[in-house]
Amino acid sequence: MRWLLRNRMTALGLLLCTLVVCGAVFAPWLAPYDPSDQNIVDKLQPPGGEYPLGTDAYGRDVLSRILFGARISLIIAVASILSAILVGGTIGMISGYIGGRTDRFVMQVMDVMLSFPSLILGLIVVALLGPDLENLVIAIALTAIAPFARIARAPVLSLKERAFVEAGRALGFSHARVLFVHILPNLMSEIVVMGSLWMATAVRTEASLSFIGLGVKPPTPTWGGMMRDGFEAILDAPWLSIWPGIAILLLVLGLNMVGDGLRDATDPKLAGG
Amino acid sequence: MILFILRRLLAAIPTLVAVLTLVFVLVRIVPGDPAVAILGDRATPDAIAALDAKLGLDQPIWRQYVSFIGQSLTGDFGRSMVTNRPILTDVAAVLPHTIDLTLAAVLIGTLVGVPAGVWAALYRNRLIDIVARMLSLIGLSFPVFVSGVFLLLAFALHWHIFPVIGNADLADPVDRLTKLVLPAVTLGLVMAAYITRVTRSAMLQVLGEDYMRTARAKGVPWRRVVWRHGLRNAGLPVVTVVGLYFGILIGNSVLTEIVFNRPGLGKLIVSALNQRDYTMLQGLMVVYCFMIVLVNLMTDLTYGFIDPRVKQA
Repeated sequence: MRWLLRNRMTALGLLLCTLVVCGAVFAPWLAPYDPSDQNIVDKLQPPGGEYPLGTDAYGRDVLSRILFGARISLIIAVASILSAILVGGTIGMISGYIGGRTDRFVMQVMDVMLSFPSLILGLIVVALLGPDLENLVIAIALTAIAPFARIARAPVLSLKERAFVEAGRALGFSHARVLFVHILPNLMSEIVVMGSLWMATAVRTEASLSFIGLGVKPPTPTWGGMMRDGFEAILDAPWLSIWPGIAILLLVLGLNMVGDGLRDATDPKLAGG
Repeated sequence: MILFILRRLLAAIPTLVAVLTLVFVLVRIVPGDPAVAILGDRATPDAIAALDAKLGLDQPIWRQYVSFIGQSLTGDFGRSMVTNRPILTDVAAVLPHTIDLTLAAVLIGTLVGVPAGVWAALYRNRLIDIVARMLSLIGLSFPVFVSGVFLLLAFALHWHIFPVIGNADLADPVDRLTKLVLPAVTLGLVMAAYITRVTRSAMLQVLGEDYMRTARAKGVPWRRVVWRHGLRNAGLPVVTVVGLYFGILIGNSVLTEIVFNRPGLGKLIVSALNQRDYTMLQGLMVVYCFMIVLVNLMTDLTYGFIDPRVKQA
């Protein structure tokens, strides 16, 4: 029963993610209209008929905007989490490998970063740097560096005492080679699992920032920005906030399901836990 | 107990200084002169220099740091650049709303999450467990502004059960409560989802322990064994999570306040952003620092309450 459930949930999660990725990649062919085409005569059309999901206050097709909006969500989530893994993971590995006082200090810094609310941190950074794609990636990556440093550090502490590390050093390999060629592969599964879970958080953070008004600037369609526009017209056109909301939920849920499934599969301790 | 509290209070000071340092660094590493950002590109050098002097930005960086930390620790959070009111006055005016919201959310989260987690663990891999796990996964996938908007659409606009506008009158308890329900549920559901997951896995570990079997063998009713002996031992990780997710809760409360148009710290921060009120932003971040350290402290103290062994440590 557990196996069935776990695999079903993971499969469902994968399906959801694949759907969104396909929607984003094939948006130009799938979308019935140009996402920024304004057709003021057809503004605020309810779902159905010519516009499957309705139109917004400028007469733009909601379905097309959701398809193109998936691109922003995915690009920012992937880019920010990859950077966080790269920076945070490197910091954590080196810190754990060196050990001692340096390690304690670095981890203390990471703890401080971890204790600060990530949305507030992201909000301040975007506000100070200015809202555009690059800065959003920086801001969201910044909020995820500390957790990846922690995840990468913990296993290094015990791995560096193992015989294969000593063997590598005895063969005359440099510390860098031992760390990145011999120790790193042992961390990959854990990092991948956390990566997919944090991708979910990144999608949510990006949408939240866009909802506050700190997202990629209009007219580029973003899901959070669409929610924001829809929220302003919530009395006349509730569907404007319902569809992008569902889109965000499905992507985040899909990523969480995949992450959960991967974790159960890689960590026998947590199986079913 | 008093000694324990005192020791924790002292230990909180370095953490506070560290978080304040993070704020200081964060505000300074941003490229560009805040004075230029405030006054615009066409400001005269004189005007920029004058504003720099007013903000203390003409001082050497270590001077700025020392006075920032000193003032923050003595409770002087500065004044808003836009209104020139002390930041603490503005914060004090909205703080009751934010405290109402966060406390209610933690309460809902605990009241829903703990029993749900315990039941899920007791009926592991049965229908209750599967439903609880699915719901908690969905719950923590919901961005709060999405669930907030959905709840608003359903219960305020469609069924008219709760008011749309959230500016509660603090003196009127009925008004205060009815306007709290939807925002608190929005925030509380996310909290409940996290707590369910942690309670479930903590409980699963505890259920296999020897003392549970011993208690059962002594003839203590199973119900009591679970809720008394089991939950108390599963309590530590749960409290840790409530404390840890306080940061998420604070971030989420910003979104909830926007959706329900509630006054609060989150609304203050957003309006400070829109007005480019840098001193206000910095002051609000300091307020957040104090709140985080306070919550960490309370988490620590709760440990001592749940598990007496912690006090000796």
